[in-house]
Amino acid sequence: MDPTLDLLYRLADDQLILGHRNSEWNGLGPILEEDIAFSSMAQDKLGHSLQLYTLLHELGEAEPDTVAFTRNAPQFHCCQLTELPIGEYDFSLIRHFLFDHAELLRFEALADSSYEPLALVARKIKGELKYHVLHANTWVKRLGTATEEAITRMQAALEFTLPYALGIFETTAAEPEIISSGLFIGEEELQRRWEESIAKVLAQTALTLPDLRLLTPVTGGRHGQHTEHLQPLLDEMAEVFRLDPTADW
Amino acid sequence: MPTEAQILDWLQAVTDPEIPTISLVDLGVIREVRLEDDGGVHVRLTPTFAGCPAMDYMRRDVETTLKAHGIPRVTTEISLREPWTSDMVTDRGREGLRRHGLATPPKLNGGLLDLDILEYAECPRCHTTNTELRTPFGATLCRAVHYCHDCRQIFEQFKPI
Repeated sequence: MDPTLDLLYRLADDQLILGHRNSEWNGLGPILEEDIAFSSMAQDKLGHSLQLYTLLHELGEAEPDTVAFTRNAPQFHCCQLTELPIGEYDFSLIRHFLFDHAELLRFEALADSSYEPLALVARKIKGELKYHVLHANTWVKRLGTATEEAITRMQAALEFTLPYALGIFETTAAEPEIISSGLFIGEEELQRRWEESIAKVLAQTALTLPDLRLLTPVTGGRHGQHTEHLQPLLDEMAEVFRLDPTADW
Repeated sequence: MPTEAQILDWLQAVTDPEIPTISLVDLGVIREVRLEDDGGVHVRLTPTFAGCPAMDYMRRDVETTLKAHGIPRVTTEISLREPWTSDMVTDRGREGLRRHGLATPPKLNGGLLDLDILEYAECPRCHTTNTELRTPFGATLCRAVHYCHDCRQIFEQFKPI
């Protein structure tokens, strides 16, 4: 695939799928503020995916709604981390923390992309992502220094989630060209920055960051290989759209 | 034929769909007004937040308002060419936010949006800065929720970004 399309699909699909997962906390959050926070982040992420699908459309791909709502799981390029069910709040929080730290660093780097339309979108999105990271840090620090039960659960969620989080940085065949053309700094460099960034926050808690080199990343998502959870998500997300794709809302 | 200044003046009547005390011009959402050779007008808008669901309403209100003033053809465009920052809110806009009971975002002046700035807010009632950020996510994407230790009340702030 063309390197720009390859990169944009990965960025946009991550935003859309995690945005949809975040929206599933609507009405279920453990406290009202968290219900609103996850719903707000869902709205932000859907907005970000729309901006990115619009860039794809400008490059000749189908309309954003068509791309978002008519593809099946094997055509999606999101990492598997984003598609896992929301589970318990501890998992959703740790996923949000690990994903959004990478996302903020990713869009800060993309603000200098050689592809100017993407750089413009990134300059907009990176400011909004600061609020996502602020939110994640606040709760990881709060629960990561709270009761024994909280710390045990957060630690377990961290250990379960990390292999999936390492899958964020799975590369595709386009990676060398993405880096050499100045589109993006590349996944390896991003991962290095990410490790530094999450370690700094976790050091302020009672949580322990395992040795990441001993973990096996869960990959495949960037190449259309997904868990059994993605297709049901897509079916539900597109249920109304597919009733009448030509309807004017 | 009206001037650009005249059109911006007419557009003062178009307010934020959720904050009736601030116009889109003073909010900084309307970035450019351009007169076309055929008497039409082109308006460029930029969203405060990328996922703002109110952009379609804003476009529609801009078009309706200018057509009511006799502009035969109005085109609008949503663009990130000049991405919105809270520093684009004018002084009159900040006054409008306060009248709606919202704290104003601190001025960034091109500086970094760091954690200290995100957590800073002045209470719109008593003007103290003895306040704390309760949650960065409020009733809309562009608002955060803070607590005033002097009033002992929650208040909303238009977020700095």
